[in-house]
Amino acid sequence: MNSKMDNPFGKIATLKQAMEHFHDGMTLMFGGFGGVGSPPCLIDGILEKNIKNLVLIGNDTGFPEIGIGKVISRGRAKKVIASHIGSNPVAGELMTQGKLEVEFSPQGTLTERIRAGGMGLGAILTDVGVDHEFVSKDKRKMNLNGKDYLVETGLTADVSIVYAKKADPYGNLVFDKSARNTNPLVAMAGNFTIAEAEEIVPLGSLDPEEIVTPGVFVDMVIPSEGVNWKWAWE
Amino acid sequence: MGMGIDVRNKMAKRAAEEISSGMVVNLGIGIPSLVPNHLPNDMNVMFHAENGIVGMGESPVKGHEDENLCNAGGFPVTVLPGSSYCDSAVAFGMIRRGRVDLTILGSLQVNKNGDLANWIVPGKKVPGMGGAMELAQKARRVAVLMNHTDKNGNPKIVDSCTLPLTASNCVDLVVTDLAVFKIIDRSLILAERFAPYTIAEITAKTACDFSIAEDIRVIDY
Repeated sequence: MNSKMDNPFGKIATLKQAMEHFHDGMTLMFGGFGGVGSPPCLIDGILEKNIKNLVLIGNDTGFPEIGIGKVISRGRAKKVIASHIGSNPVAGELMTQGKLEVEFSPQGTLTERIRAGGMGLGAILTDVGVDHEFVSKDKRKMNLNGKDYLVETGLTADVSIVYAKKADPYGNLVFDKSARNTNPLVAMAGNFTIAEAEEIVPLGSLDPEEIVTPGVFVDMVIPSEGVNWKWAWE
Repeated sequence: MGMGIDVRNKMAKRAAEEISSGMVVNLGIGIPSLVPNHLPNDMNVMFHAENGIVGMGESPVKGHEDENLCNAGGFPVTVLPGSSYCDSAVAFGMIRRGRVDLTILGSLQVNKNGDLANWIVPGKKVPGMGGAMELAQKARRVAVLMNHTDKNGNPKIVDSCTLPLTASNCVDLVVTDLAVFKIIDRSLILAERFAPYTIAEITAKTACDFSIAEDIRVIDY
């Protein structure tokens, strides 16, 4: 953290301070898509603090050593709500062994459930998967204007962690290209939201028109040290 | 196979014929990712990615990858003039709202009604559906690119899918290494065949009835 940076809202913090909000058994929502846009320092903080029995909510389980995959591969999660786990074979093995409960949600439905939670809504109605046995199982159906919909519940979490390109001291966030992905949605859905930012910029230096996530949704900002994993394509 | 392009690229080239200027197109992983190589340079197509990109261009030159600019498969891409980024919820809004004109994806099985089974192999990996259900159910057109038979020689175009479905009655076109089938009003039509395969060979490797277009096209790229 830049020691010269003003901290008028008290949101700028260290990784150590951020980790005080993590505990065993918590529900944790994470931004990222295949590890792209997942916050690397916060993920390492979870490992270092030995947080266990997590309920994780996010697009996917990353790769074994990329993104949230690092947490899952080390057996730190008891349940994950995701759209796919295919890029992390360890997640598949843990699921087969009964050590990891997985709730699959179609990708667009999952992002909309997260958005609903973040927007203060209880559920959404969608016809995606309405005739699909696996997707519609144990879900309430609703007929509206002659059409069948599934009731898909909104999702929130004790803590949300996101990765941003820039944050200001109020927690206003700007993302980086496709690393935006689920981050703005996840940021809204946390009861306590921590943003890990590549750059923390002075208040007033972000154009209000360019801010993607208003700082209202962000409780804490920590500086990022960047990605420390090797991408699959490298 | 003669001196022409390899089989995967023949399939991709045929699928590319489905794309016209102004379309929004989502490509799956595998052979579909070869499709853009077969489009004319001056064609204005917006390639869509579920993570939140519209307007993807070619893969970057090695050494110029941007770790924060990747497609839904996690591989680095570039963007073209007119491109935009959005969050994943908006990317799926585009799909559900019918703004994605065409999706080209791989599959494990397709049946004669256009049912698609491409997300699970029972007893093996359960990878999850990702965005396949939205794309299959909501893209305006669904084209499948897949080998005609599986690695054991079993037909992948079947009377009724034995694998769990991704979505029903959604496939419009199937391009295999042997032939091109159209599915119109839930009935399967052999519309084109790749040289040198004969209708008899194609029939022998297809596990359901189909009709044959009167003016069947022979593709000889």
